[in-house]
Amino acid sequence: MKQLSPATRARYFRRQLVDRLMGGLCIFAAGVGLLLLALILWMLFSNGLAGLSLEVFTKPMSQPGSGGGLANAIVGSLLQVGVGAMIGAPLGMMVGVYLSEVGKESRFASVVRFVNDILLSAPSVLIGLFVYQIAVLPFGGFSGFAGSIALALIAMPIVARTTEDILRLVPQAYRDGAVALGSRENEVVRKVVLPAAFGGILTGVLLAVARIAGETAPLLFTSLGNDVWSLDMTQPMASLPMAIVRYSNTPYPEWVSLAWTGAMLITVGVLVLNILSRFSYAAVAGKQGG
Amino acid sequence: MLATMTTETQSSAAPRATPLQAMRVAASAGPAIVSPTRITLEKINAFYDQKQALFDVNLEIPDNSVTAFIGASGCGKSTLLRCLNRMNDIIPGARVEGAIRMDGTDINAPEIDAVQVRTRIGMVFQKPNPFPMSIYDNIAYGPRAHKIHESKAELDEIVEKSLRRAALWDEVKDRLNKSGLGLSGGQQQRLVIARTLAVSPAVILMDEPCSALDPIATAHIEALIDQLREHTCIVIVTHSMAQAARVSQRTAFFHMGKLIESGPTDQIFTMPKLEQTQDYITGRFG
Amino acid sequence: MNTPAPLAIGARRMHPADTTFRLSLHAAGAVVVIVLLSILAIMFIGGKLAFDTFGVGFIWGTEWNPVTKIYGALPAITGTLITAILALCIAWPIGFGIAYFLTETCPQKLRTPLGVAIELLAAIPSIVYGMWGFFVLAPFMSEYVQPWLTNTFLWIPPIGDSFFWFTAPPIGVGMLTAALILAVMILPFIAATTRDVLLSTPQLLKDGAYAMGATRWEALTGVVIPAVRGSLFGAVFLGLGRALGETMAVVFVIGNAIRMPDSLMAPSATIASVVANNFPEAEPGTLDLAVLLALGFILFVVSFGVLAVARLLLRQERMS
Repeated sequence: MKQLSPATRARYFRRQLVDRLMGGLCIFAAGVGLLLLALILWMLFSNGLAGLSLEVFTKPMSQPGSGGGLANAIVGSLLQVGVGAMIGAPLGMMVGVYLSEVGKESRFASVVRFVNDILLSAPSVLIGLFVYQIAVLPFGGFSGFAGSIALALIAMPIVARTTEDILRLVPQAYRDGAVALGSRENEVVRKVVLPAAFGGILTGVLLAVARIAGETAPLLFTSLGNDVWSLDMTQPMASLPMAIVRYSNTPYPEWVSLAWTGAMLITVGVLVLNILSRFSYAAVAGKQGG
Repeated sequence: MLATMTTETQSSAAPRATPLQAMRVAASAGPAIVSPTRITLEKINAFYDQKQALFDVNLEIPDNSVTAFIGASGCGKSTLLRCLNRMNDIIPGARVEGAIRMDGTDINAPEIDAVQVRTRIGMVFQKPNPFPMSIYDNIAYGPRAHKIHESKAELDEIVEKSLRRAALWDEVKDRLNKSGLGLSGGQQQRLVIARTLAVSPAVILMDEPCSALDPIATAHIEALIDQLREHTCIVIVTHSMAQAARVSQRTAFFHMGKLIESGPTDQIFTMPKLEQTQDYITGRFG
Repeated sequence: MNTPAPLAIGARRMHPADTTFRLSLHAAGAVVVIVLLSILAIMFIGGKLAFDTFGVGFIWGTEWNPVTKIYGALPAITGTLITAILALCIAWPIGFGIAYFLTETCPQKLRTPLGVAIELLAAIPSIVYGMWGFFVLAPFMSEYVQPWLTNTFLWIPPIGDSFFWFTAPPIGVGMLTAALILAVMILPFIAATTRDVLLSTPQLLKDGAYAMGATRWEALTGVVIPAVRGSLFGAVFLGLGRALGETMAVVFVIGNAIRMPDSLMAPSATIASVVANNFPEAEPGTLDLAVLLALGFILFVVSFGVLAVARLLLRQERMS
């Protein structure tokens, strides 16, 4: 083999050096970034676990020194997230079905898709302001319902997008087979396409629930928070995020500790939902592969 | 059922024989059956948007036999097949003119509900497409959709009967509630055929049903087709002339959207009337 | 040649069940569009009082005084833009580094778990970052980082006679801290989306580069990045859209001083933080609320633009 000239060899080593250097920098960057995030999580869990006790789940919020918990905030969050998902997810599914099965590439469908993408990433503080104008002011006050509506508006585009994406993955062959057996358009969708995509749609719903469970800004303007036990959704309602906001910037250590615990609880819930959604997706992917 | 599949039937020639050899065997086996016409195609013209795919096709399809559509890629044979069960309806921009008469009715008429047509005319596709459901649910899909059965017991009967007719019962009877996707390619195609049979169609359309299967599975399907034709009208699109010669009693040859020639299979393959036909079957083009 | 017939296939009558089906689905699509239009409309109508009072000059008014009721949006807009862009400048290189690491140099076995970890990190609620910023980063900034920055960069000349870069009382809260929190918050998101973009490069392109003897870095910069440049920008814009609208991560650490910043470390405000902080005191029907809604309208218009650009860039390359 012909010997490389010294100039070529030098150039080659330099290029290798650049490659190694850049690679190293990227690993360093990755390390820094991941380390930082790990630190945040560690702080969250160490502070959160320190304040964790049974009372957190059994006692409602109360004055510092009287041994309060976060029970009403937890329940309030569950209620608002639940109702929000119950409103937003079916609507999002319908939009997703529309985009994939009926609208497809039509002009109206393109508009809906575009608008949905915008709503997907719209600042949640604006959603909160919007719902304040339409569901709080006209009805005379903050309420759990308004909070649910705001959360529903955030969940809907997520479910719509994931539903459309998963429906597009369902092979056209299934639809053709159902049509050939004499099924109408709506039957094809209801009896073949949707069942085939069920796992993926569930994934989308779980992801949406995870997202709205952690949202604070929309609740600031709609359900505000409540210090006492209340299951009345027509009144201001407590929620974990609002409790955290209330308890954070205060001089009382028990409240600050509860704020960390609350933040940890939300984070755990969000992470669990995310992991569950992955299993759901894997289940449907397995079925298709068959 | 299995026994009849393995005996040499009229349609099974020596494997991989040339078309000429195949049709000699076919010609020598059994008399030409004179069956009544099941479907009449009158002046069929088909368009995809502005592009015309079929030009003035007139054809008669006899009952209780297999009619094969042959021709080069893009000649319109699949389009014509899809006209028969109004599958072109779901393609945006597709338009079919002309009359398709079956049992006295023009099924291509606007007043006729395509869904009703498809319960009488079934279709099997090129790639087996069982639904991602259990084998039982696959077969039961049609009967459930059209409420053919009165009770669960009746439905069970229909499922078993369809699977037997498709020569699949013995292989799957112990795993009816397992997914249909777990079967082999040939089994899946038989499952699809059973699913089609479950609604008792008068006609079964097959669009290159064996092109995704290995030779052994193909042989099974062809034997199955030969059995089914005793009670059903079958129309098959195939790009394999050997298959057409093995399996069909009548053949129609298409080119560039026009019907060039049609007639008894043995006649088409031994003494085609037109030179174009001759050129195709001897492999001059296509 | 046959002339096309007047009746199209679509003229065949649709079954009533299908009509209902289609109608209800179209209605769902319409709801989406109506929601967006309503948000724009409600924000505009609600903020109209502000625009009537101050005219279009509201957008570049620099004074925000709740006592004299003179309001101008520029401080909030400036704060929003500076923190978001600064956050992106910090987060993007690191995020890109993580993405490159995940797609090229990371050992195969670690790729999936790390990728999953990144996506989980992106799901952490923003309030967690806000708390961390408030309890950890702000004190750290005020005690160590800010004095060091002030001393080290004293030599940088100020912009005009009002913007002094790193000279400011070391309070800990301010634009720089907020930008840092934002950066940490959008980091997993940027890493995940950039990784997806890099993964979407056709292997053929990379193989071509390697076949010519390119190193991994050269293949990346010479072939991959030019090929997916649009999508990379799209991901950046998407991250920008997130950063612009973020509330909870920022509201605790930005200091809520609604005036034109005179230093990168100065307490400041973003549109989102102004809206969140001033909302409790704003009475319905007053100018106080109207200016908040007007600010919201401005933010929505800006976000809309940024997200539309992001989408254009991302979908364009998805199609090709």
